[in-house]
Amino acid sequence: MKRFHLLWAFLGLLLLWQIFSMLVRRDILPPPLLVIRVFFTEITGELGGHFLASLWRVLASLTLSIAMAAPAGLILGQSRRLDAYFSPVIYLLYPIPKVVLVPIVMLFLGINEISKIVMIFLILFFQILVLVRDQAAIIRPELLYSVRSLGAGRRGLFKYVYFPACLPAILTAVRQSIGTAVAVLYIVELIATTKGLGYYIYLYGTTLYDYTNMYAGVIAMSLLGLGLYFAAEWLHRKLCPWQFQKP
Amino acid sequence: MIQVASITFRYGKQQPIFKDFSWQTETGQTWAVIGASGCGKSTLLYLLAGLLQPATGQILINRTAVACPRPQTGLILQDYGLLPWATLRHNITLGLDLRRFYGPDGKHSPVEMMPEDINFKVNRWLDQLGIADVADKYPGQVSGGQRQRAAIARTLVLEPDLLLLDEPFASLDAPTRENLQNLVLHLHTERLLTSVLVTHTIEEAVYIGERILILKQQTNFKPRIIDNPYAGIMPPVQSDGYQTLTGMIREELRESAQ
Repeated sequence: MKRFHLLWAFLGLLLLWQIFSMLVRRDILPPPLLVIRVFFTEITGELGGHFLASLWRVLASLTLSIAMAAPAGLILGQSRRLDAYFSPVIYLLYPIPKVVLVPIVMLFLGINEISKIVMIFLILFFQILVLVRDQAAIIRPELLYSVRSLGAGRRGLFKYVYFPACLPAILTAVRQSIGTAVAVLYIVELIATTKGLGYYIYLYGTTLYDYTNMYAGVIAMSLLGLGLYFAAEWLHRKLCPWQFQKP
Repeated sequence: MIQVASITFRYGKQQPIFKDFSWQTETGQTWAVIGASGCGKSTLLYLLAGLLQPATGQILINRTAVACPRPQTGLILQDYGLLPWATLRHNITLGLDLRRFYGPDGKHSPVEMMPEDINFKVNRWLDQLGIADVADKYPGQVSGGQRQRAAIARTLVLEPDLLLLDEPFASLDAPTRENLQNLVLHLHTERLLTSVLVTHTIEEAVYIGERILILKQQTNFKPRIIDNPYAGIMPPVQSDGYQTLTGMIREELRESAQ
């Protein structure tokens, strides 16, 4: 997608927002320019702190889920026997909307930073696990034969074949699940915390009734999701250039 | 060079492909292995490469049993076996990178491995095989012939003493195929490589193989070997000798398929 098209889409959405705001003419939908002005004032102050708290939670969950799901997916993709044992479990757990586990995770881990990170981790973990496992399983045997014939053992295959073959799957999984991860982040930040964008949005929307600040929080959360999505896409292009080359 | 000593091999519970099968080659010979689909041509190559193991019997190369892929054996496959995520240059250095990765352990790389200028060696093969100008492209960006040249360069840069080729030219157009067949013959005479080429084309088997091994579709007990005086020369297709030879191979293949 061209940046030019993205810019036009962004301006179009702002225009729609402005039109709705003029039609509604109520505090609950302030005009976009006012929200943007408040956003830029707040982001260097209180809102910035909440943004960083949320960013830390997503990045910690992302790192943890990639570190655990990618090797697990690679191992399951390589070993039919292990996959046969774990596949039914993954099959049952994968489609469960992880957000319903919020109360259970909080009961077990307490209302703290760890439970919030674990919730987002659960969403990303299964997505990465399944995509990496499927990718590792479809690597052509001829490719493995040819690299083994060059002298590769298990470690060599992992470094030169399995990992690069699965890297696009990892980045695709991150991109696909970032929206859900940020949505769950919002939910977990509503519960017993004073830091994070979820808390900020809820506080200004339902307690202080300052809707302009609430919208500034919504923009910050959207930017968090968008920023991570674009970062994953940028990494994909940077680390997997062969997928974007024209024949 | 190669000694296949009374091997038995089968996939799962299927009928054995080889049973008590023995066969041997001399150093510097070129062999063509021909047979109908499913007769075990590629299986034989994978056994020689150490990628598969016989249930009984053993395979010796230079009097050493092959228990795993040996560093001095080069394998070239029909679908090139190139890493799609690496440029042709990086694909060609892959074997050398693996040798550096493992060190001279005798299993993944030769014990007498010398420190070498990888760039110099790779550039030489890129030039020799005419793919220097596409060296920094990915396999998906170049033609089938260029991919197969890269696969050949990747194997030859490791200076193998045995070259195994599994229908390497099957998916190429006729001029590219002839060009690469000549390249293999040239390498054979220049480097005295022992090579085993699997093919399903009688003409290719006759052009490349000094000796031709015919495999049967049923279990192979004894090798059927034909000496080929036309290897490396392009005889007039109408010549009696050539016609007799190809006719004989055709007849053998027909019989073995029944």
